[in-house]
Amino acid sequence: MTEKKNWEPKIVAFLCNWCSYAGADLAGTSRMEYPPNVRIIRVPCSGRMNPLFVIKCLMKGADGVLISGCHINDCHYSEGNFYARRRFAVLKKLLEYTGIDPRRFQMSWVSASEGDKWAKVVRELVDEIKSAGPNRLVDRQTHSAEV
Amino acid sequence: MKIGVFVCHCGTNIAATVDVEKVAQEAAKLPKVFFATDYKYMCSDPGQNLVKEAIAKHSLDRIVVASCSPSLHEKTFRICVEAAGINPYLIEMANIREHCSWVHHDREKATAKAIELVRLAVAKVSCNRPLQKTYVPVEKRVLVIGGGISGIQAAIDISFAKYPVVMVEREPSIGGRMARFDKTFPTLDCAACILTPKMVTVAQSKYVTIHTYSEIEEVTGHVGDFTVKIRKKSRCVDLRKCTGCGACFAKCPVKVPSEFDLGLGMRKAIYVPFPQAVPNIPVIDRRNCLYFKTKKCGLCKKACLAEAIDFEIQDEIIEQKFGAIIVATGFTQFDHSVYGEYGYGKFKDVITGLHFERMVNSSGPTAGKIIRPSDGKEVKDVVFIQCVGSRDEQKGMSYCSRLCCMYTAKHALLLKEHNPDSQAYVFYIDIRAAGKNYEEFVKKVQDEYGAVYLRGRVSRIFEKGGKLIVKGADTLSGSQIEIKADLVVLATGLVAQEEAVKLAQMLHIPYDKNNLYTEAHPKLAPVETITSGVFLTGACQSPKDIPDTVATASAASVKALGLLIQDKLEREPLIAKVDNKLCSSCQACIKACPFNAIEPEEIEDRQLKRKRIVAKVIEGVCAGCGNCTAVCRMSAIDLEGFSNRQIMEEIEAL
Repeated sequence: MTEKKNWEPKIVAFLCNWCSYAGADLAGTSRMEYPPNVRIIRVPCSGRMNPLFVIKCLMKGADGVLISGCHINDCHYSEGNFYARRRFAVLKKLLEYTGIDPRRFQMSWVSASEGDKWAKVVRELVDEIKSAGPNRLVDRQTHSAEV
Repeated sequence: MKIGVFVCHCGTNIAATVDVEKVAQEAAKLPKVFFATDYKYMCSDPGQNLVKEAIAKHSLDRIVVASCSPSLHEKTFRICVEAAGINPYLIEMANIREHCSWVHHDREKATAKAIELVRLAVAKVSCNRPLQKTYVPVEKRVLVIGGGISGIQAAIDISFAKYPVVMVEREPSIGGRMARFDKTFPTLDCAACILTPKMVTVAQSKYVTIHTYSEIEEVTGHVGDFTVKIRKKSRCVDLRKCTGCGACFAKCPVKVPSEFDLGLGMRKAIYVPFPQAVPNIPVIDRRNCLYFKTKKCGLCKKACLAEAIDFEIQDEIIEQKFGAIIVATGFTQFDHSVYGEYGYGKFKDVITGLHFERMVNSSGPTAGKIIRPSDGKEVKDVVFIQCVGSRDEQKGMSYCSRLCCMYTAKHALLLKEHNPDSQAYVFYIDIRAAGKNYEEFVKKVQDEYGAVYLRGRVSRIFEKGGKLIVKGADTLSGSQIEIKADLVVLATGLVAQEEAVKLAQMLHIPYDKNNLYTEAHPKLAPVETITSGVFLTGACQSPKDIPDTVATASAASVKALGLLIQDKLEREPLIAKVDNKLCSSCQACIKACPFNAIEPEEIEDRQLKRKRIVAKVIEGVCAGCGNCTAVCRMSAIDLEGFSNRQIMEEIEAL
């Protein structure tokens, strides 16, 4: 990924089917405009998220990754988001340790009735990733391979 | 593999912001994509036929539909492709409406995003596997939570179809809010006269079991097979022995304010909340009972000839299975103490509409006399203030509670009927009387009953010379108003029950920012929730008047019966599966599963030539959350429909 003047970040968002995906649907139904930088991948639950998925996104050159689930205590599967919260607190530390800007990986809790919150989460996320700049993980890899 | 991509215009909903033709053209260039086209309405009959014909003509074996959210039409297209001979799980949807065209304005960027979303869906569908639906038996019994008018109506409707119903009510009697009302708008039917027959019907039905003074403890399972724990709180009265004679509460020496009469009247420590209670069996209020406080007294026990009173009776937990659940938990009143200017709590003669309702009720604490709670004098000038807590984003709820305009008009009418010399003043923001004969009713109250309607807010209420001085504005005449009132009635709005969230979490149903339960679709699935088998009725979903409540109760009953009449229910096969070869029997998945849906299983390992333990998914129990997949270090357990490979392919396609 080369840096251009009008660079636009590419962000991957994994949304749980029951709360956040439905919340994003509601943002659509309510015609709430937000920047088009986010690609949504639907998963049944934030607890489905394997940390490898996040790592793979970053390796593929995604500038940011978001996991969004039901609010704590409101998980459609009772406990999935508890697992996700713990799992990704650890992953965030690990990513930071490996030199990845912690802003690139974030979590949020958006319910099915929070279309406005989803739009806000995306706006803020895009702003933050923009301030973090492009993900150079891929560049670094190719560069070291050349050497 | 031959993938077909079908891009929908959705009229102009998608086509206005996304260049759908370009999306189809770009999709056609993707590997494995054999055919791509666009059409005005893909979900319409001709649209679906287009898909079916393309499948036949080009022998397509996997389909991507780029249109709206899968929550809306995934099922539609599964049925569609199945009819064309493709396994229904070999389709994926790219959500280019809710997640793209409706939220972006820049046509170029939206089109680029739509193309990418289609690319993701194509990548995913190429890894989909054909799946077979599984079936589970249906428990032929419905649970109705809440014994107000909505729960009662739902239980009656289901019992008419001869299916068993269990009704759980938190209070000692069924009847709910409606049991407290005097008359109902706009017909002025006596509330008790239309409610109590229904209460009796439901109590006498051999298909209905009522658990009053009971609460839901735990809900597990899924549609067709819910297991519910019900806590039957101890009344200290044996329901089988009690004859309802009332000798016990006649003897009880303790008097406390009655909850049913909102503190306007008194009740005993052993009491029946109101005379028409169902069941007509008293309950001991342990907090106030002298026996529980001092271990002395026991007068009620001595008075009971049926020997029904037993202080040692403990709470009972009932565990039962249900095929469907109807939530009819109703509402509570807005806490108007935030409006200091109205002086509620400070002035005894500032009351709420529900207090007025009890007072005007002939079986209420004042036997139908409208008096000042402070000195018991008859009232003459009464000020009604509407929208207390409703339509107020600062202090109250943003929504309109829908009934307050109507019940205030009713109160103004009843006031005039009870005290012909009285005068009603109503402060309002707008009159919202949308309903059959509602507008006419409000007009009648103004024209024939002389209620003075003032458009404006009240700024302050204070006491002077034994009267309440109400200061407000009449915005239509642009003048300041000051009224010397005997009584002020606040039309408090309707809000969610305090424990609404707790129950929602047990049932796994979503709720909005006001804690009101959210329906599956506001227009097309108004009584369903996203948790299949759980239905909503009445004001737990949004403020509703009695006609609407009864209508939704019948609607929810039909939905529940629609489940129960089936021999077995289809279940999505999107559940976990284990690859025995890879499973290292660490059993981490068993611990991670929130549903206890994984158990160890001993298998004969032919390579190792010995027996070993692997994980086994119990089909009917697995809910498909995928939590197990994330803990499996061998990637031996995977989730159908959202497999590791499918998600990895999606990421790869970014």
